[in-house]
Amino acid sequence: MEQTMSANGFVNLQETTIARKTKQVNRSNNHIKGEKIFKGLLNFAGLLLILVVCGILITLVWQSLPALRSLGLRFFWTDTWNPVTNVFGALPFLLGTLITSFLALIISIPFSIAVAILLGEYFPKGGFSNFMRSTIDLIAAVPSVIFGFWGFFVLVPLVRIFEIKIGVSPNGLGLFSSALVLAIMIIPYAASLGTTMIKMVPSALKEGAYALGATRWEVLRSVILPYSKSGLFAGILLSLGRAIGETMAVTMVIGNSNDLPKSIFSTGNTMASVIANEFGAATDHVYISALVEMGLFLFLVTFVINWIGKAVIKRFSKNG
Amino acid sequence: MESTIIKTINYNSYFGENHVVKNVNIEIPRNHVIAVMGPSGCGKTTFLRGINRMHEMTAGAHASGQILLNGEDVMELHPIVVRLKIGMVFQRPNPFPNLSIYDNVIAGYKLNGIKLPKDERDRIVEESLTKVALWKEVKDSLTKKGTFLSGGQQQRLCIARAVAMQPEVLLFDEPTSALDPISTATVEELFIDLKKNYTLIIVTHNMQQAARVSDRTAFFYMGELVEYDETKQMFTGPKDERTQNYITGRFS
Repeated sequence: MEQTMSANGFVNLQETTIARKTKQVNRSNNHIKGEKIFKGLLNFAGLLLILVVCGILITLVWQSLPALRSLGLRFFWTDTWNPVTNVFGALPFLLGTLITSFLALIISIPFSIAVAILLGEYFPKGGFSNFMRSTIDLIAAVPSVIFGFWGFFVLVPLVRIFEIKIGVSPNGLGLFSSALVLAIMIIPYAASLGTTMIKMVPSALKEGAYALGATRWEVLRSVILPYSKSGLFAGILLSLGRAIGETMAVTMVIGNSNDLPKSIFSTGNTMASVIANEFGAATDHVYISALVEMGLFLFLVTFVINWIGKAVIKRFSKNG
Repeated sequence: MESTIIKTINYNSYFGENHVVKNVNIEIPRNHVIAVMGPSGCGKTTFLRGINRMHEMTAGAHASGQILLNGEDVMELHPIVVRLKIGMVFQRPNPFPNLSIYDNVIAGYKLNGIKLPKDERDRIVEESLTKVALWKEVKDSLTKKGTFLSGGQQQRLCIARAVAMQPEVLLFDEPTSALDPISTATVEELFIDLKKNYTLIIVTHNMQQAARVSDRTAFFYMGELVEYDETKQMFTGPKDERTQNYITGRFS
């Protein structure tokens, strides 16, 4: 009886082993096939993305060749923009972009850092924090044309009153108004990255400082900010990249003049806004090509800024 | 007759509704090493963090009763004043990673905005590092980052940082639990040296450590101070059954 049982048991065991083996073989074959297809799909998706970026770059370079040929490198530092005579200089727009972006950055930094400190250190969680965070995310989600409208109808009249008070020509429209609109638009980028970085400061370090008799302000200044400074810097660079590339809102409030800006209250154009404004009207191929060349320039500037931002974040996470 | 430096009267502390430290009355003599031991969750760390008012920094935490430091109630003082008199060293070494070894030692002065002349700073750094037996090892690399040191050295640097503020009492929250055995031995030797100038209260879950370094031991269980006696007495003839059970390893 016992022997039969053990014999049965043995047979069953053998059957199971065989069954398992065949199953495993079948499964392995399917597995390998599926793995190959999946890997192929992933590679394809990744490759496609790289091809698209390369395609954009090649198109920009290709299309700007006529302008490069007829104008040379003069394009980058001359200030005449005359479609009638086909003389194009990007300097007013380069200046327009740099002035509006950096002015916006200077205006937005105190606010974005304050928000980052508030949400990262003082209210890391809870109802108030959630409300603040979704409001800030909302700012990032508002279409820029809406900001343009708001700037045009609300901000521009206010800026005009301000300009009358300080005694400059009351355009309302201009670089200053653009910078104000941009400043609001870019706050979320620096604020949300800054919040994350400030939250990452280890509580052991903060406690260490508190145990030495530091106040909250002293802990903030001597522990939290030094520890998270490269993260805050990276967030600011990202928001700068956003300010440089922003088109629609700026086009609506900058006044669209092609002269070299004389002050921050002058009207002007940025690289992005001049492309948006004039592309539809450009008929001559050198004119179109000059606008594309400006696009290429813009592309490279934002690329470099993003790249610097990433490099700083990388260094930061290595140190952390 | 030894003088008492810290005395608690009906000290209670809470996390929200949770009563964590229950009615603790303890007297701590000056220039002694006091070990606080007990199973996990017995309130020993919470009690320790109450002494320098770190407990109340957690959201929802509060405390009642009195903690007298030289007869003065620390519950009535400003937390910052308390923390200058009662230093603290944490479970994991936490030197400031952006500061050099030198700057880590005088970090307390920097944080509090106290400006000192260079020679005075040099003196404090050398003195503090000597007290924690680290001076010889780091005197040629004072400008290197504090995180460049080994774990045991980092912990001694943190002790030096606390010592530099010239406190009267030093609190240690499981100071060797993140260290290897050799570093642990170095830090334990240090305790014996430090008690000449300071009073040390050490929370530990390591009974051998309590037996090795402390003069007196307090045993906490379920938030209560069950027994507090000379360490030798405690480990040879505990009076309470719960202490007996803990020491003999019947629970941990």
